[in-house]
Order: sequence, then structure tokens, then C-alpha cells
Amino acid sequence: MSSPTFDFSEVDDLYQEIILDHYRSPRNQKEIPESDMDVTGINPFCGDEVHMRIKLSGESISAVSFSGNGCSISQASASMLSDIIKGKSLDEANNLYVDFRDMMHGNDLNEDSMDNLGQAEALSGVKKFPIRIKCALLAWSALGDAVKKHKSE
Amino acid sequence: MLDVNHIRKDFPILSRTIYGKPLVYLDNAATSQKPTSVIQSLVDYYESYNSNIHRGVHTLSMEATDRHEDARSKCTRFIGAKEDKSLIMVRNTTEAINLVAQTWGKHNISAGDEILTTHMEHHSNLVPWQKLAEQNGASLQFIELDEDGMLNLSNIDDLITERTKLLALTHMSNVLGTINPVKELTAVAHKMGAKVLIDGAQSVPHMKVDVTDLDCDFFAFSGHKMLAPTGIGVLYVKPEILESMEPFLFGGDMVSQVWDDTATWNDLPWKFEAGTPNIADLIGLGAAIDYLESLGMDQVREHEMALTGYALEQFDRLNDIKVFGPKDLSKRGGVISFHSDDVHPHDMGTMLDREGIAIRTGHHCAMPLTRKLSVVATARASFYIYNTEEEVDKLTAAIRATLDYFAK
Repeated sequence: MSSPTFDFSEVDDLYQEIILDHYRSPRNQKEIPESDMDVTGINPFCGDEVHMRIKLSGESISAVSFSGNGCSISQASASMLSDIIKGKSLDEANNLYVDFRDMMHGNDLNEDSMDNLGQAEALSGVKKFPIRIKCALLAWSALGDAVKKHKSE
Repeated sequence: MLDVNHIRKDFPILSRTIYGKPLVYLDNAATSQKPTSVIQSLVDYYESYNSNIHRGVHTLSMEATDRHEDARSKCTRFIGAKEDKSLIMVRNTTEAINLVAQTWGKHNISAGDEILTTHMEHHSNLVPWQKLAEQNGASLQFIELDEDGMLNLSNIDDLITERTKLLALTHMSNVLGTINPVKELTAVAHKMGAKVLIDGAQSVPHMKVDVTDLDCDFFAFSGHKMLAPTGIGVLYVKPEILESMEPFLFGGDMVSQVWDDTATWNDLPWKFEAGTPNIADLIGLGAAIDYLESLGMDQVREHEMALTGYALEQFDRLNDIKVFGPKDLSKRGGVISFHSDDVHPHDMGTMLDREGIAIRTGHHCAMPLTRKLSVVATARASFYIYNTEEEVDKLTAAIRATLDYFAK
């Protein structure tokens, strides 16, 4: 059989180098011993999982650890999130989730919001692959839910 | 041998392109594509004799009733059942199994009884039994798997005991492709007085099945995996058991006489078919059976064995890919689940989709099994009558390119 050539340039938007880097070397894997908030996101259709432990100092996030199992997008997205929310207040973390969700749904963000998302902006390419948006959102919406729950307690 | 080039012309969807590439459809264990004759049978029904059945004296109703019951007879013959009244039409295999659990199961499985199943079941042949066990105080037991993904039957005499009231197992695994020795297991279960339910969703589309020869008590399958439309499935029940079963759903069509405060039930099988049934899609299933019989089920099986053998050889050359399931082609169907430590199945699925190749990724509705395989998810290619070696080559080449892409 002749060896076919593959042009995967279309998927380069999805699998940017920084995303693959987070997937291969996820950050904040060392589990923090004590947590104030436990965040779990599970996608029952595909089995992807992310778990985050969050330590608070007052209202701000002082430490985060994350573990999980799933596709490159879900795990890279969770890894980036775990980096970004360190030092943020719970309100700021929730705003990050809202901005990220808006970005994935194709809404334009203002410059400040884009700056706040930092590296996670790289995930904006995922929106061209609608079926994978839920992968990118998994950790973020779990965090949004957890913040809401924490505040109501 | 199947004339695959000729067969492919009967499936309009196979001329589609995906991202500019010819569609390579390898997700047949999820659902099959439909030939023109099946699609046309639906059009004919709706254009020419659409009508409700069993209740009108007008011509359309009589035509629709005849064609509907004729399609039931085709199903009866196709699976080797003796009587049409043994076949209850349902939506799919899942509904069929729920029907058994909530009618026969509810009245025949009691506290302390055991339901024996396996570790390779689809959720549809596990969760209904979990629920029944919880309702009636029974317990679930499992036949374990060996390293090749076959049932470990070394301790079967310890597993099937007087306490066992039902053995519920799949004929062919939707993840491993394993074909189980259901006839032999049925005989063992019957010796101990247990009934046997076989999930035939993956077997009936791909091989000759004879429920009378198997001697099973319940047998379920879905139309949509065997060229027929979605929304039609079949439950076969041995006549003597069916006679004793209470209805599943209540309402029109399933009754004989109705008074203010009570009712009597219709004859079999209509006692189990409340409400207007899925007339069009059963007629479509009849057309699908005509198509498969014109090919011959032995030829279908032979084609898939050859293609699976070829595919397993090609997969062998992909060093970084682990393939699950039996090595012996006579013990497996055309389903190949595979896994790479470096590329998650969803990423594999997205990359292959860009090449026009449709595979399934995930836990395949068999989470306990994927857990046993020590993976979160797998990718799965599954074949049918219209697939070719050339398509297998495209698949393995695209997998190789994907592995390279993620290793860059």
C-alpha cells in the first residue's frame, strides 16, 4: 500500500503546542493535603473526569491541586485553569469561568477578560470543533458550580 | 463471497464526503447505514398505505396491518423462532430487556435469588437487573473475563446454582467482539432451573441466529444495527413463558374487553404492544431482513471474519496500539477496540474524523468493562457488509499519522 499523506493543519487550531504541553505535563498534580473546596467534573457520555482540591485563605484561593483522566482538551484545560485561579478570589474565579464559557460559545470578550484568561485563550480554537467544547468546559463549569455551592453554604 | 462494490451502491450515504474525504464508516456496532430498499419501504408506507393497524376495516388499514404482521413473520423466520406470537415489538434491545425485568423478573425473582450476568455487558443488560435486584431483594453475580476477553467458565458450576433464577448475557460483546458460547451456557443454566436471556443486539446483524436451537428463554435485538430504521426492536420469549407473563404497558390495542373498573388482555403478542406501534419501522425492518437474506447470513459472517482478520494483522503493525478481545477469529465478531497510552480515544476520534473516518470513542455504554480493561475509554472500529480492506488501510494509516502527530 502506498503511504498516504495526511494534512492535519486544520487540527492545529485545536491542538496548539501549549495545549499539548499541558496535556503531557499537567500542572499542580501534587495533591494538597487539606482543602476547603472539592471540585469534581464528570462527563458521563465520554467518561472524562477532573478533580480539583482548593485551599482558601479568606476568600482567595491559596492552593490548587488537580487530577483527572480524559482527552487532551479536558485535561489541558483543567491544568490551565488550576494555574490561572491561584491567588484569585472566588468571585474572580467565577468571573473567569463565565468569561471562558462565553469565549467557548463564540462571544467576543473585552481585552481585560482576555488578559485574565491568559494561556487559556489558546483553547479558543476548540470552538471550531463543537463536539469538543464540552471537553474544554468540563473543569471550568465544575468550578463554577462549586463556587456557587460554597457561597450558598 | 459478498460483492462489496455492488453492495456499496445500495447505500446512498456511502457516497458522502466528510471534510472532502470519502466517508469511511466504521461505527457499525453503534448503528448501521441503511440501503435504498429500506429507505424506500418507509417512503412507500407513508406515500401509499399509511394507516393505523388492527382497527380499521378500510383498505389502507388492512394493507398496513398485513405488511406490519408480514414483517413480524420475517423476524420470526430470521431468528428461527417457531411462532409469530413469540415476538414482541419494542423500540430497541434496551426496552426489550426492561420489559423482561419488569414483567417476568418482577414476579419470578425474589429475595435471596441470584441473577447471573457477565463483566462484558452493555449497560442495557446490566442496569435493568441492578434495579430489579434492588426492588426484589435479589443479588447480582458475575462471570469474570480472562485475559483474551473471553468468559472465564472454569467456575461456572459454582456460579450457576439453585439460587440462580436468570442468566442474562450478551451473545456478542459490543466492546471486545467476543462471541459467547450461549447455547452451551443455556443448557447449563436450564439444568439448574434458571431461565436465560440473551442480548443479541450485536449478533443478529452479523451472523445466523436460531433461537430454537439456542433454546434460550428470552432473546432481544435492535433493528437499527441491522440496516433497519431506529426505533424498532424485537423481544423473543418462549411461548410457554410469554403466556404466563403480565403485560408491560397498559392501554389501547393490548386489551380484549374493557369495563369501567377492569379489562381483559388481548392475545399474544399484542397483549404486550399497547398503543399504536411503530408500523413504518417494523416494515423497514422487514425490508432490512429481505436485504440480509438476499446476501445470506453465512456470507455476511464470512466477509466480516475475513475483514476482521485483515484488520487485526494491520493493527499488529501499529506497535503503540493495544487491541482488546479474542485472537481467534471464530470467537469474535467484526468489532475492534483499541487503545494508545499516548493519544486519548477522543483525540483519536477527532483526528480520524478529519480524514472522513467514523469510529466510536468512549466507554461504549459498558463502564464496568472498560474499568476492567484498566482504561477510561477506548476507540472502536466495527465493520459491516459494505466495508473494505482499503478502508481498513485508511484507518490504520490515519491511526499511524495520529500517533506521529501527538508524538511531535
